Order: sequence, then C-alpha cells, then structure tokens
Amino acid sequence: MKTLMLGNKALARGLYEAGCSIVSSYPGTPSTEVTEEAAKYDEIYCEWAPNEKVAMEVAFGASLAGKRSFCGMKHVGLNVAADPLFTCSYTGVNGGMVICVADDAGMHSSQNEQDSRHYAIAAKVPMLEPSDSSETLEFTKRAFELSEKFDTPVIIKMCTRIAHSQSVVETSERINIEPKKYEKNAPKYVMMPGYAKLRHPFVEKRTEALTEYAENCYFNRVEMASTKIGVITSSTSYQYVKEVFGENASILKLGMINPLPKNLILDFAKKVDKLIIIEELDPIIETHCRALGLDVTGKDVMPIEGEFSQSLIAEKLGLSVPTGKKLEENLPIRPPVMCAGCPHRGIFFTLSKNKCTVLGDIGCYTLGAVAPLNAMDMTLCMGASISAVHGFNKANGPESQNKTVAVIGDSTFMHSGMTGLANIAYNQSNSTVIILDNSITGMTGHQQNPTTGYNIKGDPAGKIDLETLCRAIGFNRVRVVDPYNLAECDAVLKEELAADEPSVIISRRPCVLLKYVKIKPALKLDENKCIGCKSCMRLGCPAISFKNKKIHIDSTLCVGCGVCQQLCKFDALKVQEG
Amino acid sequence: MTKNIMIVGVGGQGSLLASKLLGHLLLTEGYDVKVSEVHGMSQRGGSVVTYVRFGEKVYSPIIDKGEADFIVSFEKLEAARWIEYLKPDGRIVVNTQEIDPMPVIIGSASYPENLIDKMENLDIKVDAMDCLSLAEQAGSAKAVNIVLMGRLSKYFDISEEAWKNAIRACVPAKFVEINLKAFDLGRGNI
Ligand SMILES: Cc1ncc(C[n+]2csc(CCOP(=O)(O)OP(=O)(O)O)c2C)c(N)n1
Repeated sequence: MKTLMLGNKALARGLYEAGCSIVSSYPGTPSTEVTEEAAKYDEIYCEWAPNEKVAMEVAFGASLAGKRSFCGMKHVGLNVAADPLFTCSYTGVNGGMVICVADDAGMHSSQNEQDSRHYAIAAKVPMLEPSDSSETLEFTKRAFELSEKFDTPVIIKMCTRIAHSQSVVETSERINIEPKKYEKNAPKYVMMPGYAKLRHPFVEKRTEALTEYAENCYFNRVEMASTKIGVITSSTSYQYVKEVFGENASILKLGMINPLPKNLILDFAKKVDKLIIIEELDPIIETHCRALGLDVTGKDVMPIEGEFSQSLIAEKLGLSVPTGKKLEENLPIRPPVMCAGCPHRGIFFTLSKNKCTVLGDIGCYTLGAVAPLNAMDMTLCMGASISAVHGFNKANGPESQNKTVAVIGDSTFMHSGMTGLANIAYNQSNSTVIILDNSITGMTGHQQNPTTGYNIKGDPAGKIDLETLCRAIGFNRVRVVDPYNLAECDAVLKEELAADEPSVIISRRPCVLLKYVKIKPALKLDENKCIGCKSCMRLGCPAISFKNKKIHIDSTLCVGCGVCQQLCKFDALKVQEG
Repeated sequence: MTKNIMIVGVGGQGSLLASKLLGHLLLTEGYDVKVSEVHGMSQRGGSVVTYVRFGEKVYSPIIDKGEADFIVSFEKLEAARWIEYLKPDGRIVVNTQEIDPMPVIIGSASYPENLIDKMENLDIKVDAMDCLSLAEQAGSAKAVNIVLMGRLSKYFDISEEAWKNAIRACVPAKFVEINLKAFDLGRGNI
C-alpha cells in the first residue's frame, strides 16, 4: 500500500518487515520517532535504555543470542556508544545488528554539528545513507542482510531532513526470520588481546570485501544525463542536486557511504567533463576522490557548516536563484521558551536571584540560560554539569563552592550524571547538585526513563528512587523541594550552598504537558491592584505580558501554577472562582 | 510543475495537523508529495515552519526563498518573518492573531505595527482573517488550523468534498463536526 511516511517511521517499518525483534535506544532529536514507532509493533521488543552505550550493548547482546537487533540514537549519542561500536566491529555479529545514527546539520536541536560518517570510517563498519522514506525502508531491510553476510554491525545514517520528512513509501509484510543458534565462540567474542589480534585482520579483509561489494551494489547508482557536469552526492543533498540540475548533469548517487567504491567513481569521472562533490558537513567523499587523484570541486565552494538546500547549492555554483519580497522591518525573534507552568522556572528564578554560577546540562532546562533568567554559565554534553562542578570547585575552592551549582534533568542524570555524582562522593568536593525531576524526558517529546516508573509502552516498570540512589552513592544531604514554592527553593538552596559537605537538591514536579497533570484555571488580574511594577515579569513566563501599563495574562496559556502570585506584593493576581 | 505550500506559526499552534491533512489530501489526489517538519523544540513556543511540496515528482523536501506558491501563517509576526519565501506572485493566507514573542514580553522589543498593510504595500497578495474568532465560533480555539485550511482550499482546484474527506481521515472522530464547521467558516460557506 502507498502511504506518506516520516523517514523515521519508515525506518521502524523496515525493522518490522526485516523481522527485527529487539530494539534498545536512547532518545535524541532527530532520531527519537524510530524507536517510538517500532514500539507500536507487538512483534518487536522495544525499550528506552538509560543511555546510548547501554542501548548498543543491549542490541549487541541480542545479536549474540541470535536475533536481529537494532539501536537508534542522535549523532552525539554515538560518541557515548563509540566504545562498544569500535569493538563489536571486531567481534562481528550473530543475528543481524543495525544501528541508526541521525545527524543534525543546521543544529535544529543539537549542541554541535559533528559528521557521523567519521565513525563508520574509524570503526571500519559499513554505513548506508538513504535519501527519502522509501529508501530508508528498503535500506533498513537490506542492512540486516548486509550485516549477516559480512559479519558486521551496519550503521544507517539519517539526517534531520530525511528523518523528519514524509514521502511516499510502499509497505510489505514482515518476513519470518529463523533465529540463529547461539554457539560459544570465545576467539570471536572475547576481545582480549590474544583473540582481538586475530580479529583485526578479519576486519581489514572484511573492509576489502565490502569495498569490492560497493563497486556494484544496490545502494550506489549512476544516473547519466548531460556529461558536461558530473555530481557525486548522497542523502538529502541528492534531492537538492536533482532539483538544481534536472537533466543538466549526470549523478553518481552513493547510498553506501562507507566503504566508498574506487572504480565506480573513477569510471564515472571519466565520463564527465567536470566533477562536483555535493555533501553536507565534512568533505568525506571529496577527500576520497582526491586520494584517487581526481580533480574535483567541493568544499572550495560549498560550506562545511549548516544545512544545504536547492538554492544554496545553486548560489554557490554561480547559478541564479529565486528571490522573494522582503519587509524592511526589524522583526523581534521568537526563540523557544520554557512553557507556562514549567516546573524548571521556579528553580532558575531562585538561582538567578541568588546570583549563582550554574553549570548546566542538556534538556528543556537549558532554556534557563536565556533572558530574562540568564541563569546558566555552561552547557557541554549530557552529564557534564555534575563532573564540571566538581572540577570547578576543586579549582576555585571556597571562592566558588558556596555559590556554584550543577543542574541536571532526571533523564540526563540517569544517562550520565550518576558517575559524576560518584566522583563527587569519592573525591569529596563541596559541591551542590540540583536534579530537576519533572518525571519525564521532556526535551525530546516525553519519553519514559528509569526514574518515571513506566516503560516505553506506558506499562508499569521498575522505578529508581533518586533519594535512595543519591544516599547510597554517599550523599548525606539529600533534600527535596517543590519548584512551585519559591520560598522553599530559596531557603533550601541557601542552606545547601552553606553546608560544608556535598549535597543534592531534588526539585520535583511533573512536566505540565504530561497528560495526567491537572491544569488549574488561568489566573485573573485585578486591574485595580496591579500597579505595573513588572515584578512578576522577572519569571519570563510566556503567559504574562505588559499591556497598557499593566500586566496582561494570556488565558489560553496560563495554567494557574501560581508562581507569579508569590512575586506580587499587591495581591493583584487572583485565582479564578469556580 | 511542483507546487509549494509553507505553513508557519508558533510551536504548539497545531501546524502538524494542517500538514498531515494536506499530505493526505494531495496523495489521494494522485500527486507525489513531500512534507518536511521540524520536531523537537517545537512544543516550546518558538517559530516553526513546515514545508509541503507536491507535483508529478518531488525531489527536495524543503522550500527556499522566493519559491512558495502559498504561505499559510498561523500568526501575524510569523507571516512577516517568512514572507521572503513567497513567490512574487504567490499568496499568503494569514491568521491576524498576535502572539507576543519573549523579547516583546520582557520589553526588549515591541510587536511591529501594521504588518498586513506593509505586506500589501509591497504588492503581495494577502488574505488576512481572524481565524481564532472563527475557530471559537466553530466550537474550539484549537480549530484555527482547519479554518486556515478552509480559506486555503478556495485557491485550489480540488473538490470541497475531497478536502472534507481528508478532514474526516485525519481528525479524531469526536472532533470531526467542529472541524468541518471550522472548514466551512474558513472557506466562507457560512
Ligand atoms: C548523548 C546525547 N543523547 C541524547 C541527547 C538528546 N537529548 C537532549 S536533552 C535530553 C534529555 C532531557 O531530559 P531531562 O534530562 O529529563 O530534562 P527535561 O528535558 O525533561 O527537562 C536528550 C535525550 C543529547 N543531547 N546527547
């Protein structure tokens, strides 16, 4: 049946049709929907793992056991999972094992713009790069065959525009895959030096065989048209190139990005007058072509940073591009903001008021960095807040420890905050860590995690108790506050900063967007009492604005959390009757 | 020829339903279709944009400056922000609702005035209407997206029944009546 399908959903469909039976992933835009969609098939066991390293090791274990397995993550997730990746390249697989990594050129929702293709090259594993939903589905199925044929994990590289675009796909039925038998084979699976030395030559031979395969495989194809220009491209760039050139250029479209073919490229080069390489991010195809001795146009005109588009490519190649009419007007920007009623707001207000140095982390709460709260000094990668506050306090001691905190979300804490916390307990810095427990992984669109008590299907699951965990790690001072209660937040923060031992403050209140959270009626302004002092506006709540010298409450946004009431000295913000 | 529709608005306003509806409709009408969305930060009140492209064969999923045949804007300031993406002879359908962005809320910027007039002064075809009131009249403030679809439908050579079938297919059963009314109000049927 023909349907419109999101790239990520098509990948999930591919998993289903390929007979994949185990999926373990950690969320991250733009990869999250792959696993959410896979979880809708009863035939596939799906889970959210605490982080990407765990997820990949789970998938590896399932492959070892003989089943087709999968794990998905965003580009930076592969940094976390790099350790198992590099060595399961040596062990190879038993059941087929496929990994999805989704890059985010343009940084729509990421902290960097790294190019995952480097990982495939460094770990010496094949990488496929589909260019629309239909290819995503087909490549996923074939990735499992490739994995089993060449005894290797296979990476499917997505990017924002493939993952989050819908295009037409044709679905088919799930195939019945006979699980492989697990047989003990220590020289293959026990990677200690003696055995790993035997596996490394296997990896090199496999790369040779895969390079041979790449010369003439399903994934790579030549589309001959005008021979004045030849373009080598892949992924979403292929679509832009088709848009720009139509029949005015011949195209070598690479669907397998590692290893890259040699003769296929050299033959194509011979047939065209001028060779252009169009690839987002780093010059990987280009470097390969240059090593083959080819004279190409690439990053000398095309940018390394940011996303491409049809107009960007045309413009960089000196072709004409359409233009539109522009308003000559300074338009205010519209950055994302913490939602009205967001439980993170109360804590960041308190930190801002106490002029704390805040070593931050990644999640919705990173929005605490922007005006008017401006309450964040650093964000690096998941988990870094806790480790860095320890380093900061070791470096600056008494000068910093009474006003410096780490802030980290519940999901991020489970992902990679616990080890940093162990370091504080072990190496003893007088650090204060605030865990922002909103009972969900908010940023990526509400995924369950080990602290929420539910699994990916929403069924009851194991629940890790944060207080008990922190105490077990060695913290004597573990406090819980309600972020809607500003006085309590302020008092506890001051006490824990002053204490002369490390402490954890857990700020606990579920995300207001969770379905089970009961929203209160919007507050109402008492026009006679409001003097327009703007005290409540220091919160940066999107439901509060300033109109005609008084506060205005947007009743479609306000959820009646009441935090602003605590800042109003004139009792002007009222709970609505009824 | 590929036709391009851009849907712009503020995160949380319901543009995903509009693009789902268009995708369904255009596929049923026999076109090749691509829809590109940005997920992730979109709940958080930021500026959001969705691209819908259709034709005999569509390659790129995105729309560049000067390429949109139609822009459907859920909010006035967002209309102004993305207007450069409209073809010189394209048309923008805009909800006149104003939603203050954070710089306006905290007083570091003000909401620009007379944006509709300013666009019209550039000889841009602007079709502006208060969709929020019409949506409320239909029975739910959330139906702004379908009011806009009703308006957009006037400029398409696709039967009204096909649009309504797409609504029936994309909207949960209990909201179909409200949304059909919203569509009629947007299209000017009532
Ligand atoms: C290594 C890595 N994996 C995944 C992500 C994507 N990501 C960003 S924040 C986040 C989790 C946020 O959840 P939480 O810590 O609970 O904070 P919340 O958003 O709920 O406030 C995720 C998964 C990432 N940035 N880095």
